[in-house]
Amino acid sequence: MQARLLATNIACLRGERLLFRKLGLDLGPGDLLQLRGPNGIGKSSLLRILAGLARPSAGTIERGGEIGLMDGRHALDSDRTLGDALAFWARLDGCADTAKPMARLGIDTLADIPTAYLSTGQKQRAVIARLLFRARPIWLLDEPFAGLDSASQTLLAELVAEHCGAGGLCVFVSHQPADLPARTLDLADHTA
Amino acid sequence: MRAFATLLRRDLAILLPGGSRGSAFLPLIFFLLVAVLFPFAVGPEPGLLARTGGGVLWVAALLASILPLDRLVAADREAGVFDQLRLRGVSEEVAMTARLLAHWLSFGPLILIATLPAAALLSLTGDTFWRLFVSLLAGTPGLAAIGLITSALLASLRGGTALAGLMLAPVAVPLVIFGAGHLARDDISGALFAAAFSLVLCAIAPFAAAAAIRAARD
Repeated sequence: MQARLLATNIACLRGERLLFRKLGLDLGPGDLLQLRGPNGIGKSSLLRILAGLARPSAGTIERGGEIGLMDGRHALDSDRTLGDALAFWARLDGCADTAKPMARLGIDTLADIPTAYLSTGQKQRAVIARLLFRARPIWLLDEPFAGLDSASQTLLAELVAEHCGAGGLCVFVSHQPADLPARTLDLADHTA
Repeated sequence: MRAFATLLRRDLAILLPGGSRGSAFLPLIFFLLVAVLFPFAVGPEPGLLARTGGGVLWVAALLASILPLDRLVAADREAGVFDQLRLRGVSEEVAMTARLLAHWLSFGPLILIATLPAAALLSLTGDTFWRLFVSLLAGTPGLAAIGLITSALLASLRGGTALAGLMLAPVAVPLVIFGAGHLARDDISGALFAAAFSLVLCAIAPFAAAAAIRAARD
């Protein structure tokens, strides 16, 4: 995996408000970065910009490698069973064996239950399992620990460490001090 | 192409009758209800019914096609499905093409089949029934295309569904004019015009709907 994420001189304008500016990132294989800052400062906007789902008001971004994004929205069909909902993404991801990632996250027993009946934490675990369907060098995680029980939080920290150990890179937003050897970037340092 | 097949399979699983979003029979029931109620409203005189029935069924088909628009695009937008698809290299255009096909399949064939009992209820002649069938076959893909564009445009608005009917109806007027016009003419030109209009709309719809989703993104 040749992971690379290079952002130069990024600025983000939301309506009339300048959220941040002159923000630069240079991440390579194994890098782990935690975004911090008070609510509404633009952490999620920055993740969407890095993912290429929103355009920055200024600056450029280079991405080396596919992106795995985990934001607050689970993108699972709430009226189908979890197994069917995940099978759709597995087919798109070219993942033949969904059983292993699902078992790792402890959701293999939930495959026959409609997604709408699952708890927030269970859905969050399904989303993490989907992240493992395909080896993607760049992980962008928005509040990945939210809603998870402590065992799952530990598991997610392990998965992120494995991902970075295998040459991937990861940028995540979290308010809790995560149990990970991450550099931190405080967006408050880049406000106008 | 494989991605398209996967998308279509999911869309059909969600939208078809017996599918999980479960509103697929609504257009059919609505369409038949109009055919049942209309004779009560205007009286049972067969001549009058036969003259006006075809046009009424065309309007019923148009209004019935509005019913599934509610969650056609909005649900996936809220759940972040289009963002996840984009990150997997699946463009909104491909997703919307699959959605258009699945959307038509979810209500078009049902309404075409229901034309038979509806024609009987309104004592349409055999000739009128076939004209109605052909013109609906030509026109319903266009209705599906307009519905998809409308639904994508309104996906980011709260309570946008109420607007869907208002937005769809004016654009669908040419379809009704040509489609229902086919009932009264001896040649096939009306149905051909409706088919041409449908074709143009179906060609535009995936791009227009995709542009609407992208515009709502940032």
